[in-house]
Amino acid sequence: MNPNWAYSDEVKEHFTNPKNILKDMEESEFDGKGVEGNVKCGDEMMVFVKIDKDKNIITDCKWKTYGCASAIASMSALSEMVKGWPVEKAYLVTPQDITEILKGLPQNKIHCSVLGDKALRAAIDNYYEKNGLDNPVKDQSVRIVCKCMNITDKDIEEAINAGAKTYEDLQQKTKCGTVCGECKGDIMALLDIHNH
Amino acid sequence: MTKQVYMDNNATTPLHPEVKKAMVAALDVYGNPSSLHNLGRYSRSLIEEARAKVADLIDAEPEEIVFVGSGSEANNTVLSKCACPSCHSCGKTCSQVVRNELITTKIEHPCILETAKCLEDTGIKVTYLDVDKFGRVDPADLEKAISNNTKLVSIMMANNEIGTIQDVKKLALIAHENGAMFHTDAVQSVGKMSLSVKNLDVDFLTISAHKIYGPKGVGALYVKKGTLFCPLIRGGHQENGRRAGTENLVGIVGLGRAIELRKAEMQDEEKKLIELRHSLRTGIEKNIKDISFNSPQEGCLPGTINVSFDGAEGEAILLYLDLEGIAVSTGSACASGSLDPSHVLTSIGVPIEAAHGSVRISLGRDNTLDDVNYVVEKLTMVINKIREMSTVYRGGI
Repeated sequence: MNPNWAYSDEVKEHFTNPKNILKDMEESEFDGKGVEGNVKCGDEMMVFVKIDKDKNIITDCKWKTYGCASAIASMSALSEMVKGWPVEKAYLVTPQDITEILKGLPQNKIHCSVLGDKALRAAIDNYYEKNGLDNPVKDQSVRIVCKCMNITDKDIEEAINAGAKTYEDLQQKTKCGTVCGECKGDIMALLDIHNH
Repeated sequence: MTKQVYMDNNATTPLHPEVKKAMVAALDVYGNPSSLHNLGRYSRSLIEEARAKVADLIDAEPEEIVFVGSGSEANNTVLSKCACPSCHSCGKTCSQVVRNELITTKIEHPCILETAKCLEDTGIKVTYLDVDKFGRVDPADLEKAISNNTKLVSIMMANNEIGTIQDVKKLALIAHENGAMFHTDAVQSVGKMSLSVKNLDVDFLTISAHKIYGPKGVGALYVKKGTLFCPLIRGGHQENGRRAGTENLVGIVGLGRAIELRKAEMQDEEKKLIELRHSLRTGIEKNIKDISFNSPQEGCLPGTINVSFDGAEGEAILLYLDLEGIAVSTGSACASGSLDPSHVLTSIGVPIEAAHGSVRISLGRDNTLDDVNYVVEKLTMVINKIREMSTVYRGGI
């Protein structure tokens, strides 16, 4: 039989034995919940975090997803990665951090199936909000520029650093602005900042 | 080693052992079928033998069969050449040159749909007929869409994803009553159900070898005698000038043998496949809740079943089954590399979420009841596993 699987060995392991799936009735034990994506697009992620308020550390992270193999694997990998992390650090996690653990994903999978970082941020925001706390890293965090494809300003910045020079380059590299196109002005502004 | 169960026979089929034997024997036959010497004549005789077998199965004359490189090539040939309004290059006077409209359906194979899109760019008007929730074209819709500008109507005989069989005879009649030609893509039908081109009265019909236990890379196109025909590949007298290029002798021998075996095995196999599909369907219904079948119960290919599982995504289902040694396919966007799920499922009104969660199981001659039971067992396990992590099953949490 062909020894090659559809994705890397790391994806296969997380897909075969996904870690930290939220079980029924467990939700109430968690301090924050975040949702990202939607089923119509093929992927939806839900992240749940438990936070040690005194130490400001993520003590547990669980998830649910409707999605393909790389969605399942990326959620499993993310949940393992951020356990024990300071909340501020977890808030700044990127899709690249997740794909690195998975030893890469096909380009067309990254922006549809790696939504865990955004769901995690939503969960942390939810925790801050529920506890009436200010988010100390909100300003440093990433902002979603292209809502259709879930592309952040950080994604755009990384693509520019990797050589993208025009709007078309960015569309090709990140798939930003390839659905409704409403974000074009925003993306052009980011390009402008970097070009000057 | 994990048990291996192949249930993706609409994608392709394993080579029939008898086909393999015939092909292996033909590997040593090297004469160019166009050569006049003994070796060439022998190669030619093998090709003509295969041609007679293909013609025999579909009730055609041997000279009406053109060997091509694939079903996709046959479909491209018919659409891009025969729907073309300016066939000056064929050197024939064409009474239909003024006609510049093509009618097809929304559930055709991409090799039809993409060729049709290209034709639109050249100024040809293309109508894509809707289908009902079972995937059937309503002949009344064709009546409405057709005009005296319609040059060609192309409607597949049986759908690859859901198995729906069209009333080709009725549709071809409507085309002819309006002076249009009729093509049917029958790659999923020939060798699975008995059919006669004379009875159906079609002008073109597409056949593929690898869907019926023959080799990949070879197909055939039936062209009714006297029908206007332009070749896609020019520059050789092969296939009576209808398809240039030295013939794929081994492939053609394989196709001929595969067709011959289909004639012998088809009927018994059809009964077996219908029984197996019934067991599969009832097994799935009994063990897994919240499902919907996308294939029709009646008027469907014997071995095809398409089913959606609430709250589970198709690529994940496919890959978990793959880990259990089971091969199926899915209409989910995630498996296709695009953002859109199957155009066939959305055309029959399957909601986008359900299309993402669809699985096509296509049975073949090697499958047994034991295989079906194994698939039901593993599928139940896989769907439960995926639903446990699903955000949406039963509304999620």
